[in-house]
Amino acid sequence: MPSIRLVDVSKRFGRIQAIDRVSLEVRDGQYVCILGPTGSGKTTLLKLIAGLIQVDEGEILFDGRSVNDLPPERRNAVYVPQNYALFPHLTVKENVSFGALAKGLPRSEADTISSKMLELVRLAKRGDAFPHELSGGMQQRVALARGLASGAKLLLLDEPLGALDARLRIELRYELRKLARDLKLTVMHVTHDQAEAMTIGDTIVILRDGRVEQAGTPFHVYQRPESIFAANFVGDTNFLEGVVLERGARESTLELRRSLRIRVSDVSYLPGERVVVAIRQQRTYISRDQHDGANALQGQVQAVRFLGSFVKCEVRLENGDEVSCKFMRAIEAPKEGEPVTICFRPEDCVLFPYPHVGLSRELEAV
Amino acid sequence: MPRVEIVGLTKTYGPIKALDGVDLTVEDREYVSILGPSGCGKTTLIKCIAGIVEPTKGEIYIDGKAVHKLKPEDRDVGYVFQEIALFPHMNVWNNVTYGPRVRGWSADRTRSLAIEMLDMMGLEDRSSAYPIELSGGAGQKTAVARAVSSGSTLLILDEPLGALDAKVRSDLRYRLRELVKDLNLTAIHVTHDQEEAMSISDRVVVMRAGRIVEEGTPMQLYLNPKRIFTANFLGEANFLSGRVLEVREGGAFVEVCGCRLWTRDEKHKPGEDVVVCIRPEFVSIRRATGKCALQGIIGDIMFEGGVVRYEVSISDGVSILSDCAAGLEPADLRRGDMVEIDIASENVLIFPCPPEGLAKEVSLE
Repeated sequence: MPSIRLVDVSKRFGRIQAIDRVSLEVRDGQYVCILGPTGSGKTTLLKLIAGLIQVDEGEILFDGRSVNDLPPERRNAVYVPQNYALFPHLTVKENVSFGALAKGLPRSEADTISSKMLELVRLAKRGDAFPHELSGGMQQRVALARGLASGAKLLLLDEPLGALDARLRIELRYELRKLARDLKLTVMHVTHDQAEAMTIGDTIVILRDGRVEQAGTPFHVYQRPESIFAANFVGDTNFLEGVVLERGARESTLELRRSLRIRVSDVSYLPGERVVVAIRQQRTYISRDQHDGANALQGQVQAVRFLGSFVKCEVRLENGDEVSCKFMRAIEAPKEGEPVTICFRPEDCVLFPYPHVGLSRELEAV
Repeated sequence: MPRVEIVGLTKTYGPIKALDGVDLTVEDREYVSILGPSGCGKTTLIKCIAGIVEPTKGEIYIDGKAVHKLKPEDRDVGYVFQEIALFPHMNVWNNVTYGPRVRGWSADRTRSLAIEMLDMMGLEDRSSAYPIELSGGAGQKTAVARAVSSGSTLLILDEPLGALDAKVRSDLRYRLRELVKDLNLTAIHVTHDQEEAMSISDRVVVMRAGRIVEEGTPMQLYLNPKRIFTANFLGEANFLSGRVLEVREGGAFVEVCGCRLWTRDEKHKPGEDVVVCIRPEFVSIRRATGKCALQGIIGDIMFEGGVVRYEVSISDGVSILSDCAAGLEPADLRRGDMVEIDIASENVLIFPCPPEGLAKEVSLE
């Protein structure tokens, strides 16, 4: 039943600072998703915790005890790499019982564990198959079963669904979450897919250039992103540039490009400050009716994208800025070229200081 | 002006039929996605069109001309691979102008085309960068620019976004569609990602086990699929067992978990056992008032960014998923609460019970 603590952990490869003073706390039984773009240090972080690479600085503690000097096999953690790395010449069952046998457990006991784990990952009937006879999703589940068979209570999963088809990934998301909950495991799961992280994780940790950009529950990170990067990486977001015009007690007025004015609930910026306003696309409402009032902006539909359960409308506002609205239910979507009104609530606007590299460069960072 | 016609295309590898009599027509300037799980034959299909794989049987016509005997380079097809395949020793500019130069185009024509391509893909300031210096997204944009600049008007895209991060992927897909539409190209795009296929295609072709299961516009396939496999592959769905009670003009009543539901499907007979399919976004829940027959208990609540998902168990072992746009969800609902369930009747689909069982029918593996 491990809890994990990282204190100012750093790791450098040559000139590259892969992990830069990361501090993190993972409670017993928690499911943590580590989210970040390629090269942000996700895999390195996982390998440091597994003990597959050594920290340069800082400390990793399991249940309050430093494991910096413990070899991987004594950490009671199991690392499941991105490519499943199954033994091709062993059957599924043998792959799963391999660890137990290597530890010196009698065959009968190893077999029992193996069948139990295969049942958990719904592959009980495929025990005698060889890895190449299985689909990618099944191989992934064998790798998972092998990890679970070690009995470790801390599971370190590196892009466990990365090699799978989009549709299958969605199915296995829920299974993974359920399995971890049923077995009371502590899990750290690396992914670049924000929807996956939001769905599975109790907590998500966003990494950028080896540092923790933000950590919290999916709800918190979605509602209160602390940076443009976090707002951009998690969820679908509109970003508008503006300047604070007036600051009241409960609302501020911003001026967007071409003197368009909006009201926001965030009053932490001073008049004259350049800011970026972030509004979730699902909280950006579109309507065919002309209406005015606060935060009702006129625009024209540029494109309508059918996404299945969602429809996304891309709209050019009267000042030339572009926003997207994402909404459920396909049928009532406006058409390309149609004039529309866009509105959003002052409390759904999150403000950030204007980035010194410019907004478009900052948005490319994902 | 390429129109592609495929007739009875079959490809066998030993005992395995990768393609099993595929007939498909892609109209000039159409953007078609071939969608299906791993191993369904989608990549084999486009490799046959490009001439990289030789079919065992069948014919391929491009603008009425039989091409299945031609070498790949004589088919005039631009091909973009999943793994970014650029010449590593050439910068972006030279990669993009490679085709025109090999074809002996004039320097002026090559130059103006390359500038247009790089501009359309948003690469205008990266033309002197080498592939190793590019991000995945920029690398794949360069590969697309190169495929198109060779002058081919038929573009074949083999999982072009598959190697990219999720966020980069969704930005680039719209760029691809715009490029194809602006340049009047015909595109055949292979993907396993249903959202990608639906969001950019004029038509989606769903494949499974070497055959075409169903084809149609994204909305047709998502909202009114003819096959259970399509319904499941294109998005999440609740599948419940039901029985047809009564058929009337314009629809039928079905019994599901002791409740009567209306469906617009009138093709089934009273008494017939059916699979009832309802997408989670067409199921809404509210605190039980006792007026609605279909009730359940919230087993789990999941926050998924723009969506709040409720798992509601309605009877022994049967549960139903309900999706609600975040921010519009009913207040104060918690795990364990009793709720009533409302189903948008125009979105209730029914299918005959598959002979080999539902699990087998929707299996993705």
